[in-house]
Amino acid sequence: MTTSTVVLALAVFGASAVEMVEALTIVTAAGVTRGWRSALEGTMVAVVVLAALVIAVGVPLARLVPINVLRVVIGALLLVLGLDWLRKAVLRASGHKAVHDEDAIFAKTVADLSTGSATEAASAPAGSWRHGRRDATGFTVAFKGVFLEGMEVVLIVITLGASSGHLALASGAAGCAAVVVCVVGYLVARQLSEVPENAMKLAVGIMLTSFGVFWVGEGSGLHWPGSDLMILVLVGVFALTAFVLSLAMRRVRPSPRAAATGSVPSK
Amino acid sequence: MTVVVRAVAAFARFWKGFLIGDAPELFVGTLVFVGAAMALRHHGAAAVVLLPAIVILFLAGSVLRGRDRS
Repeated sequence: MTTSTVVLALAVFGASAVEMVEALTIVTAAGVTRGWRSALEGTMVAVVVLAALVIAVGVPLARLVPINVLRVVIGALLLVLGLDWLRKAVLRASGHKAVHDEDAIFAKTVADLSTGSATEAASAPAGSWRHGRRDATGFTVAFKGVFLEGMEVVLIVITLGASSGHLALASGAAGCAAVVVCVVGYLVARQLSEVPENAMKLAVGIMLTSFGVFWVGEGSGLHWPGSDLMILVLVGVFALTAFVLSLAMRRVRPSPRAAATGSVPSK
Repeated sequence: MTVVVRAVAAFARFWKGFLIGDAPELFVGTLVFVGAAMALRHHGAAAVVLLPAIVILFLAGSVLRGRDRS
């Protein structure tokens, strides 16, 4: 197994885990308020649709498009995604952006769904929507949550998998992340805020950015010194950059506009 | 609005959100990076130093801009 394969598997696993935590929050909220049957059915349908997308788009992409064109396009996509994750992670780590709070998202989703369910409960036999009957809202909310969060995972699996010729490995890493997050989610119940999401996002952002830089270079005909080992060097360079930026941004005051609107979290 | 038009609009919105989102400078930076990679592909050592430097420059700029919009 080469260095790039290991980093690829780690990047897909990490990215998938982060997105799965967000999806799990929504599914749990839908399950608790609208009943688990519909929430789990919505989740399963979304997973099947996402897997079909990987097969329908990823396999032809890897077989039909010339590898260098694929690497430039996919490298650029990874760069856009990775830089965005890095930017947000640095802003969160330095206190300039509110940390993603899964507890708050869970509470808001439960409140939204409870409002709808109270109205329905009044017109339906008591508790009937909770016990065995299908619930369209619970299904839709779980489906949308898993599908939308999963789209980013699909993009990462397709881009990393197709351009490296390891689509099966990338899909496997995403599948492992789903299983791990579900097991951890089950064990910690609703305490999803305990998951170090920002640190994971920072690590994945660094890996995606490194892959993006490496593949755009490879695809455009540049020969990186050390070949695949250069990915590790790039990971080190961008990790150092993120660390220095986070430290530097802690010393930078929020802009007067951001402070005036109260959008910057108080430390 | 037909289902097809709505689907196309949703598809376009997804890609706009994915590529540009709330940090258009990173999209511009990526385009600059791809252009630089094409231009520097035969310049070995210079490319190896300059390409990551371009990325770092745009990231730092975007983080600084981000504090205004957070």
